[in-house]
Amino acid sequence: MAENTNSVQNELDYHKKKKKEEMKQQVITFALMIVFTIIAFTMVAAGLDKLFVIPIIVVLAIVQVIFQLYYFMHMSHKGHELPAIMMYGGISVAFLTILTFLVLIWW
Amino acid sequence: MSTTTAQRTGFGAVLWDYLTTVDHKKIGILYLISGGFFFLIGGLEAMAIRIQLIKPENDFVSAGFYNEILTMHGTTMIFLAAMPLIFALMNAVVPLQIGARDVAFPFLNSLGFWLFLFGGLLLNASWFLGGAPDAGWTAYAPLSTTSPGHGVDFYILGLQISGAGTLIAGINFLVTIVNMRAPGMTYMRLPLFTWTTFVVSALILFAFPALTVGLFLLMFDRLFGSGFFNANMGGNSVIWEHLFWIFGHPEVYILILPAFGVFSEVLPTFAKKRLFGYTAMVFATVLIGFLGFMVWAHHMFTVGLGPAANSIFAVATMAIAVPTGIKIFNWLFTLWGGNIQINSAMLWSLSFIPTFTLGGMTGVMLAAAAADYQYHDTYFVVAHFHYVIVGGVVFGIFAGLHYWWPRMFGKILNETLGKITFWTFFIGFHLTFFIQHFLGLMGMPRRYWVFLADQGLDTGNFISTIGAFLMAVGTIVFLINVIVTTSKGEKVSGDPWDGRTLEWAIPNPTPHYNFKQTPLVRGLDALWVEKTEGRKEMTPAEPLDDIHMPNASILPFIMSLGLFIAGFGFIYQIDNISWLLAVFIGMGITLGAMFVRSVKDDLGHHIHKEDLDKGAGL
Ligand SMILES: [Cu+2]
Repeated sequence: MAENTNSVQNELDYHKKKKKEEMKQQVITFALMIVFTIIAFTMVAAGLDKLFVIPIIVVLAIVQVIFQLYYFMHMSHKGHELPAIMMYGGISVAFLTILTFLVLIWW
Repeated sequence: MSTTTAQRTGFGAVLWDYLTTVDHKKIGILYLISGGFFFLIGGLEAMAIRIQLIKPENDFVSAGFYNEILTMHGTTMIFLAAMPLIFALMNAVVPLQIGARDVAFPFLNSLGFWLFLFGGLLLNASWFLGGAPDAGWTAYAPLSTTSPGHGVDFYILGLQISGAGTLIAGINFLVTIVNMRAPGMTYMRLPLFTWTTFVVSALILFAFPALTVGLFLLMFDRLFGSGFFNANMGGNSVIWEHLFWIFGHPEVYILILPAFGVFSEVLPTFAKKRLFGYTAMVFATVLIGFLGFMVWAHHMFTVGLGPAANSIFAVATMAIAVPTGIKIFNWLFTLWGGNIQINSAMLWSLSFIPTFTLGGMTGVMLAAAAADYQYHDTYFVVAHFHYVIVGGVVFGIFAGLHYWWPRMFGKILNETLGKITFWTFFIGFHLTFFIQHFLGLMGMPRRYWVFLADQGLDTGNFISTIGAFLMAVGTIVFLINVIVTTSKGEKVSGDPWDGRTLEWAIPNPTPHYNFKQTPLVRGLDALWVEKTEGRKEMTPAEPLDDIHMPNASILPFIMSLGLFIAGFGFIYQIDNISWLLAVFIGMGITLGAMFVRSVKDDLGHHIHKEDLDKGAGL
């Protein structure tokens, strides 16, 4: 009996620790996302070369989407394998389609 | 609640029951009736086409009217007949096969059906309102953007509304199969029909948006003065072809894969053997689904994409023959050494194998880009796709209907009439379409309303038309069969075929709640596993308890009706701006119904366990 309560207590501690960890990660990603946004805006405001700015903004945007999915929408958690497969499936099909247009059909 | 409905059995009560139902079994029947209705309309159009082509320079119909029936035949058969008939089987069977009490979103299931039906009715309303669409089922721009009258507008709005319904249905089945499986029903224990439904739903999810976008662009070009496909305004008409076929090629797999699923259920049952190579079948299905997205330009070899694009799309297309071949051999090995019982369902399945293989062979021929310049837009193409769509999908639907009729309606379809249907339809089919390969090779172009005499095309076309009449006879005999079986057929047990999968573990008639207790699945072919261990029923996975069921609702019907009204508004506002009123009224009805649905809590009802023994929900 005593052992039982002990393990429950342990589990509670473990969850608490995990929650704390998660909170920390969320704050960090949130800060990073704000920084990214500021970088994007300043680059445009500074009037840098378009060829330089556009790819960087696109990369920053992709990173932000990944942050959003994994840290705020909990895609890394258990039970999200199937949505992940569907999303990556859809993304790869769309990517292949666009690639086909760019390199095969309209080059 | 369901018991009170059962007691009032007047016509009005039954009608109201079906208008408001969210029960997947009843929605399956609704899909079957409306899909069957559109199949008959599409069949009539096919007969008109074949009668027009029975002799050279015939004038049974005018050239313009021929274009309309030809367009409507293709559009109706694909979108309004084949799709809903497949959804009928999915709705009737898939929740039962995975041990669920309903689909994940019963309300959406109903909405998907009514959207499809009202979209189909809108499309067919064009017959009475100045002429049907006449730009081919592919509606290629600029023919479709410049076609006079409102025919093509009906095509756009009708398909947009029914396409939304299809998308909803696809998402619903995806979620259902992911979330509603009974305990123990792992992915690699799913019956193959459920697997194909799963893959097809994913294809719908990814392919239909391309059609939605294409139709929106076409709608703006025709009704609101944009120029996406108009070269004079800087547009590009080839974009429509790309969008249409990015949707269109997966669409043919959306049709054929469930048919593959049906055969993979029928053949093991009547060969008394488990499906040969189950794992290979699953992976072949998934692979066909993936490859299906990377081959769309094989419909556009003659557009002028260049040799590099043509070669790559040719090779990708031929690659699909590999997983399909795996399936064909697996079906043959399933039969090998089996204790085979021949009945109507089995006849359709057995004849499917050689018929579909022929269609597959011509498919590989068409995939050879260089050779396609010869075949393109000839009757060779017509013969090819009828071999795969009729020989695959329609045979599959007939097999599935014969197989699952006792599950859906509690009676076995009459075997004699079933065999008459099969032989007339089967012989008629090959008579109609086999000769068309050669008509095509001799240079007869598709979609022309007449051909000239003494060019070697007369006899072939005559034979083809005779075959079409035989197919019509087969279809009529099937309708008689349905009537005879319904009125005179005898009620059978819940498991008339000595089945292998979960849907046969349910008593006849299927209770409203499907499973009194959720079954525990202990292997592939769940019911068969129990039978081999001497049990007659599934082991329950839960104690007998109250059953939570969704409430019926009229809102899906109202939402769809609103879009139907708005559709007319969109079409006619270009003639008279006051038609915008119909848009506002229709959209108001739809959005109002959505608002009601959102704010009014509907938590469903419970069937109490005390009432279960008294027959509640039967
Ligand atoms: Cu194709």
